[in-house]
Amino acid sequence: MDRIPILKMGRALLVTIQVDMHDRLATALEEDLTTKIVAVGAKGVLIDISALEIVDSFIGRMLDNIAAVSRILDAETVVVGMRPAVAITLVELGLSLSGVKTALNVERGMALIARRLEAEQEAEDGDEED
Amino acid sequence: MATKRTERVDIRSSEDVVRVRQQVRVLAVEAGLSLVDQTKIVTAASELARNTIDYGGGGEAMLEVLEDGRRRGVRLTFADQGPGIADIEQALRDGFTSGGGLGLGLGGARRLANEFSIESTVGVGTKVSITRWKA
Repeated sequence: MDRIPILKMGRALLVTIQVDMHDRLATALEEDLTTKIVAVGAKGVLIDISALEIVDSFIGRMLDNIAAVSRILDAETVVVGMRPAVAITLVELGLSLSGVKTALNVERGMALIARRLEAEQEAEDGDEED
Repeated sequence: MATKRTERVDIRSSEDVVRVRQQVRVLAVEAGLSLVDQTKIVTAASELARNTIDYGGGGEAMLEVLEDGRRRGVRLTFADQGPGIADIEQALRDGFTSGGGLGLGLGGARRLANEFSIESTVGVGTKVSITRWKA
């Protein structure tokens, strides 16, 4: 079966969804990401959906699940690049993705994750001084 | 009201749901829908096609480009021979699901369309139809 590739960038994982995903592919991505977060000790997950022409309730739920699971595993998920028409449709559909952090583009999403990594690094450094 | 074009798509697998989305996009562009309206009708189609599999055990979609005087639009009809829906009002309510989903499919599809109709007979099947007109 096809898989969506997951790239590792430092302590973050980057996923760019470039195909119209069928449901099993979305479910596989959810599982793969969860495994990979633990395997590499990722602190951030960036999901670029700028190529997605629609987000329906299934994909919306997948994004929510990934965000919730990664939070439990001490990683932060940021969804970036949602098209305006997709955002309008999602809200009308009844999904607000309230558990998902979003940013306008990859650059801003990466900045969010980098800030979190820096804050954690500072906290660790502080502990060592104590 | 005239039908300019009709496409039929079998819905058996999650790949067919993708196929329905892609076909609906082509028809929505042909009917001249705006990008936001295309996105709404394609999203609604995705919800209803998935329902056809999850609750109807598979079925068929009829996708049409309509012309009514100077008005153009897209009508989508999803039909299955599944168990049917005993309480339609309940099925339309957000958050209600008899399966593993979010329960947004039917109500969400209704909100994303201009016209919505549903017929269902227990033991016979369900037919859901939505129309989106060019604004």
